[in-house]
Amino acid sequence: MYDESTRFKIQDAYEKSEGRERNVLKLLIENEKLAKENNIPLCQDTGMAVVNMEIGQDVRLVDGDIKEAVNDGVRRAYLDAYLRCSVVDDPLFSRINTKDNTPALIHYEIVSGENIKITCLAKGFGSENASKLVMLNPSDGLEGVKKEVLEQVKLKGANACPPLSIGIGIGGSFDYAAYMAKKALMREEEYNSDSRYKELEIELKEMINELSIGPAGLKGKNTCLSVKIEYYPTHIAGLPLGININCHAVRKAVINL
Amino acid sequence: MRKLRLPLDEETIVSLNCGEEVLLSGYIYTARDAAHKRMMDDIPFEIKDSTIYYVGPSAFKPGEIYGSCGPTTASRMDAYTPYLLDKGLKCIIAKGKRSKEVREALVRNKAVYFVTVGGLGAYLKKCVKEVKDIAYPDLGTEAIRRLYIEDFPAFVGIDTKGQDIYE
Repeated sequence: MYDESTRFKIQDAYEKSEGRERNVLKLLIENEKLAKENNIPLCQDTGMAVVNMEIGQDVRLVDGDIKEAVNDGVRRAYLDAYLRCSVVDDPLFSRINTKDNTPALIHYEIVSGENIKITCLAKGFGSENASKLVMLNPSDGLEGVKKEVLEQVKLKGANACPPLSIGIGIGGSFDYAAYMAKKALMREEEYNSDSRYKELEIELKEMINELSIGPAGLKGKNTCLSVKIEYYPTHIAGLPLGININCHAVRKAVINL
Repeated sequence: MRKLRLPLDEETIVSLNCGEEVLLSGYIYTARDAAHKRMMDDIPFEIKDSTIYYVGPSAFKPGEIYGSCGPTTASRMDAYTPYLLDKGLKCIIAKGKRSKEVREALVRNKAVYFVTVGGLGAYLKKCVKEVKDIAYPDLGTEAIRRLYIEDFPAFVGIDTKGQDIYE
């Protein structure tokens, strides 16, 4: 199932479009309805499970291992709901399917407080493969960031099942930019609270939609549903940029414990 | 919208134009990454005039015949496709851009690349009426199966003149 925000945006795009673009968006809407009615996956690639855990520092976890608990949840979700198990045990040599979609990709963050917030994303790989990490020079600046994002969408967007949702991480380091891009994708808030980044989110979305790639890559105005940016301080010598692309099937859930 | 019955005869194939919306019915074979790799040694079905759909379905509940089954990204099969087209493959159904080599092989063999909508799994499942195992059961979701489809929505992605919807 789409998350609420994606469902709303696709419906809105459908109502405002015409011709082939409208027909494609109509198929997407009918597809999601069928998936919901029949309790089946809307896309066969039910992804790799990405689980972000924000754990309050006052929380004490007892009786068991947190990683095992998450993987147990993933295993039950994928097997009980007849989702596709798409994880292989070794990336390079054996590539044998683990048959229960574990292990999950788990990120832990210790935050203040006494709650646990868990955000899950069933991340399809057609769009994950369209993602990119690049180490820009500080001199590349804002224009360099815009150029990289647009070029990546132009190059890989059609293959990534648009209309896309895009997460971007700017700053930090090589690894942290990629992590922030994923975190941005999983963020609930539509816009960054910093007005400069919010403006960039809006501008990038408009620029991407002007590329006319369209739903399913079959041309049109609706290529991108959202751009979300996360940023972090970085080194005087660097401007890391992570671009994480999600297809129209944003399957995301948040729970607060 | 044009309704097409597979396999397509030459007259129908050459009359198709890039971007055209069609509904496909007939028999198709499923194959994606791992099955393509194996088909370079031995093709386990009659390839002449056949249609291949790049798909790896989801699992399904007891009592059902097939899972959600949207197309996967075609470019990963580009390395294998010209060989299969030269062997007689007539139609491909998938999603996304193809290489220049694939486009040339489509023109050379008067074959067509159909595109369907990525992520349309639940809808396309409804179009699958019959499933038969053909080869490589050890590949699970990637095994080759023969499907009978009815009114399967697609668009002409690359036609026999080499016109490409993504260009």
